[in-house]
Amino acid sequence: MTELHHLTLAQLNEGLRARRFSSVELARHFLGRIERLNPALNALITVTGEQALAQAQRADELLAAGEATSVLAGLPLIHKDIFCTDGVLTTCGSRMLSNFVAPYDATIVERLSQAGVVMLGKANMDEFAMGSSNETSWYGPVKNPWDLKKVPGGSSGGSAAAVAARLAPVATATDTGGSIRQPAALTGLTGFKPTYGRVSRYGMIAFASSLDQAGTLTYTAKDAAMVLRDMAGFDPRDSTSVDTPVPDYLAELDQPLTGLKIGLVKEFFEGGLEESTANLIREALRVYERMGAKLIEVSLPNLPLSVPTYYVVAPAECSSNLSRFDGVRFGYRCENPKNLEDMYKRSRGEGFGAEVKRRIMTGTYVLSAGYYDAYYLRAQKVRRLITDDFARAFQQVDVLMGPTSPTPAFDIGAKVDDPITMYLNDIYTIGANLAGLPAMSVPCGKVTMGDTSLPVGLQIIGPHFAEAKLLNVAHGYQNETLWHRDIPKGYE
Amino acid sequence: MMSWETVIGLEIHAQLATRSKIFSSAATAYGAAPNAQANLVDLGYPGVLPVLNREAVRMAVKFGLAVGAQISPRSIFARKNYFYPDLPKGYQISQYETPVVGKGQLQILLEDGTLKTIGITRAHLEEDAGKSLHEDFHGLTGIDLNRAGTPLLEIVSEPDMRSAKEAVAYMKKIHTLVRYLEICDGNMQEGSFRCDANVSVRPVGQEKFGTRCEIKNLNSFRYIEKAINYEVARQIEELEAGRKIKQETRLFDPDKGETRSLRSKEEANDYRYFPDPDLLPVVIEKDFIDSVRATLPELPDQKAARYTEKFGLSAYDAGVLTASREMGDYYEAVLAALQARNLEGNEKLAANWVMGELSAALNKDNIEVTQSRIDAKRLAGLLARIADATISGKIAKEVFESMWAENQDADAIIEAKGLKQITDTGAIDKTIDEVMAANPKQLADYRSGKDKLFGFFVGQVMKVTGGKANPAQVNDLLKKKLAG
Repeated sequence: MTELHHLTLAQLNEGLRARRFSSVELARHFLGRIERLNPALNALITVTGEQALAQAQRADELLAAGEATSVLAGLPLIHKDIFCTDGVLTTCGSRMLSNFVAPYDATIVERLSQAGVVMLGKANMDEFAMGSSNETSWYGPVKNPWDLKKVPGGSSGGSAAAVAARLAPVATATDTGGSIRQPAALTGLTGFKPTYGRVSRYGMIAFASSLDQAGTLTYTAKDAAMVLRDMAGFDPRDSTSVDTPVPDYLAELDQPLTGLKIGLVKEFFEGGLEESTANLIREALRVYERMGAKLIEVSLPNLPLSVPTYYVVAPAECSSNLSRFDGVRFGYRCENPKNLEDMYKRSRGEGFGAEVKRRIMTGTYVLSAGYYDAYYLRAQKVRRLITDDFARAFQQVDVLMGPTSPTPAFDIGAKVDDPITMYLNDIYTIGANLAGLPAMSVPCGKVTMGDTSLPVGLQIIGPHFAEAKLLNVAHGYQNETLWHRDIPKGYE
Repeated sequence: MMSWETVIGLEIHAQLATRSKIFSSAATAYGAAPNAQANLVDLGYPGVLPVLNREAVRMAVKFGLAVGAQISPRSIFARKNYFYPDLPKGYQISQYETPVVGKGQLQILLEDGTLKTIGITRAHLEEDAGKSLHEDFHGLTGIDLNRAGTPLLEIVSEPDMRSAKEAVAYMKKIHTLVRYLEICDGNMQEGSFRCDANVSVRPVGQEKFGTRCEIKNLNSFRYIEKAINYEVARQIEELEAGRKIKQETRLFDPDKGETRSLRSKEEANDYRYFPDPDLLPVVIEKDFIDSVRATLPELPDQKAARYTEKFGLSAYDAGVLTASREMGDYYEAVLAALQARNLEGNEKLAANWVMGELSAALNKDNIEVTQSRIDAKRLAGLLARIADATISGKIAKEVFESMWAENQDADAIIEAKGLKQITDTGAIDKTIDEVMAANPKQLADYRSGKDKLFGFFVGQVMKVTGGKANPAQVNDLLKKKLAG
C-alpha cells in the first residue's frame, strides 16, 4: 500500500477531495512521523501539534462543505523558523530570539493559512539564515536523512531535512545566496526560489533585504507550482514586492520542451566542480536534448566575482538589519546589565553566534567611513555587471543550467572552522540572488561514496518572472526521470 | 582689536502634518499615552517593513516649490546607523546623497528694511526617533515610541546668515511658510518645529569660514537668538585669547543661558549611511509636481506684495499681516466686510486696528486670531463707525474693549452707552460758550498770547461732552470762538 507520506501534494489534494483520507488523518500521520523521526534529525525547532489538528479540523469542514477553493486546503506544511507566526515561537535559529513569540503572521504564513494549509511546526535553520550547512543554529545542527553524519545544507537545512525525511510534503524556505537550492540539492528535493519581489518579504526576518526571497522545498516541480500560486503576489506591506498578476503556474507545466534553448554557463563547469557531480549534470542535459532542447554554451564573465560581491553586500545589509536585536524591546537580554552600553554589548555578544557576529563585523567594516567606496559601492557596481551578464545570456537562451552545489553533502564539522571554504558552497547559486532571478534545483542523480549514495542537484535559472517557464522545464524533466521519487533509507 | 563676522547656517526640522507616520500606518497625533501610537513597524519588530507615506512626499514637494527649489526626479532613502534605545531599528531612515528637494532660496526682511536672500541647500525627508524618559523610573529609563516614525522635513540652509537676528528672521520665515503650506503645525513647544544652528566666526574680510560648532535642538525663537549670541561671544573670546575653536556639538541650557559641549567631532558616530534596500527610489513625475503646484496657496511674499501695492501698506505692516495665513485671512475678511458696507479705502485703518488693538487683545488672552472674541465682521462694524464719524478713534477703543468682553456688536454698545459722537454744531457751540464762561482767566491769558492754552480748552470741551464731541469740529469752532 502506498503510504500517505509517499504522495505528492498534488496526489494528496486528490485524495482529500476524493475523501480517501481526511486532513486530520494527514496531520496525525505526519505528526506521528515527526515525533518518531525528528529527534535524530533535529529538523524542527517547534512542533505545533494542537494547532495543526485544529487547522486540519477546519480544513475538513471546508472540504466537506465544498468551500475549500485552494488546492492546498487541508495539506500539511512546515514553515522555516524565519517566518513570523502569530502566537508561535519564532527563533530564526538564534538564541537572540529563543524567547520570541511573534505577535503577527508573515504575509506568506497568512496567505497559506487562508488557503487552508495546516502548519505542523517550525523548521530549524542556520542562525538568521547565515550558513550553508545548518551548523550555525543555536538549536544545534540538522542531520541529512541520506546520511546522518552529513549536513543537509543551509540555511534552510531543517526545511530540507524534514521534507526529504517525509515529515511533511512541503516546507517553506528562504534563499539569500542559495539557501533553498543548495539544501534541495544536498537532500534530493525540488527547491524553488522565485524572482526577487514575487513573494512578499513581510514577516520574514531579514538577513540581506535586497537578496532575501521566500520559496519552497517539495518533492516535485508540480508541487512547487501549486504552493507558489498561493504564496506569490503583490503585498502592500512590502514595497519591494512587485505588483504584477500571478499566473496559473499549473496551467503551463505540460508545455512541450522541443526547441527549448538551454544555456550552459561556461563558468559553472570551471574550477572546483567535482567530476562525479559534473557527470550527473551532463547526463541531465542529455535528457533535455532527448526531449528536443538545444544546448548553447554561454559565458557570464563576471560570475566568478559573485562570491566576493555577495560577501560584501549581504553582510553590509545584515549588519544594519540585525541592529534591532538590542535587548531593549524583545528577544534576549543579558542578566543584570550595569548600564546601557553593557546591556547592548552583552545582550548582542551572548545572543548572537560566531557566524552572525562575523558577518555583522564584516558588514560594519565595509560600510564604514573611508571603506564604503572601496567595498560597498564597488560591490554594487559588480552586482550590476553580473546582472547585465545574465540579461545578455537571456537574449540568447530561455534558461540557464548547471550544478547547484560543487559537491554533494559534506560531513558535519568538516568546514565549520573554515568560513571561506564554506562560503564557496554558494558559488553557483549566488549569481541568481545578486541578479534577482528565479532559480531552482531539481534532483538529477546520486553519487555513491562507500556505503552511502548522496543526491546531486541540477540548477535551472530563468529570466525575471519566468517562474512558469522554470517550473515547466523542471516538470518536463521529472516526467522523464525518477530521481525526485527517491526516499532516503529508513524514511520509506 | 580685530572685528569679527558671524556665520550661521540652520538645519530646521519641521514635523510634517500627515495623519499617519512616514513608514507605518500608526497615527501621529500629539499627546497620546506612551507607546499607544507605535505599531510593530514603529517598534522595529523582526520581519516588519517600511512603506512610504506618499503624503509626506507631497508635502516635501510643496515646500520645495514654495522656495523655488529643484525637485529630484529620483531620490533615495538611506539608513543612518547608530544605537540608541529610542531608535528602535538601530538605524534612522533618512535621505543622504539624493534628497527630495534640492537648492532653493527665500528672502528675509532685515531691520533696516532691506531684503536679503538666504540660500536653501536642500530639504530631505526622514523619520523622527522616540523619546527616552529618565524621570519617574527609579534609575531605569522609559521609552516612548509614539514619536518614532513621525515624518520630518529637514531644511538645510546655506551659511548665509550673519547675525542671530538674521537667523531668527529666517527661521520665522520658514515657520510662516510651512504653516501657509499647511505641511507643519509649527508648534515649537511640542517640538513640531525646531532647529540645529551651525555657528562660526571669522575676521571681517576673511573668505575662509571659521571652525563651526553645532548647537542642537533649539525650539524657540528666543532660545535661538540667545544661544547664537552666547556662542558667538564664546568663540570670539576663545579666538582672542589665542585658542582654537574645536569642531563639536553643543547644547543650549536655557536656564543658564549658555551653550556647553556635548561631544567633539572625534566622538561623533560613523553613521555608515547606505541606501535602504527595503524602499524603492522615490520617483517623482512632472505630472505629480504640476498637481502639487496647483495646490499652492498665495505665498506670504506674494501676499505682502499685494498689500503694499494694492492697499498702500508699508513693507513692515504687510510683513506683520502676512506672518501667518490666518492673520492675513482675518485682515482680508475685515476688508470684505467693509466693502459690503460700501466703505472702500479703509485698508490702512483696518491694518492699524488688526495689528494694534486686536493683536494686543489676542496676545493678552494668549489666543490665536482664529479664536478671536471679535470676528472680522464685527470689527468691520466698529471700523465703519469710525469711518462714518459716528465715534472717534478714542471712543472706538473703549467700544472695542466692551465688544471683546461682552460679545456684542459695536452699534449695540454705542447705543447702550450713549457714545455716539456729537456732531451737532449748535450743541458744541453751546458747550464751548459754557467752558469759556467758566474759565475767564485762561481765556484772558489765551487772548493775550498764551497759545498753548488751546489744548486746555479742547480738553475741557471733551470732558464736558464725555469725549463724544467730534474732535475736528471742536477744533474748528474753538479756534473761531477763542479768537473772539
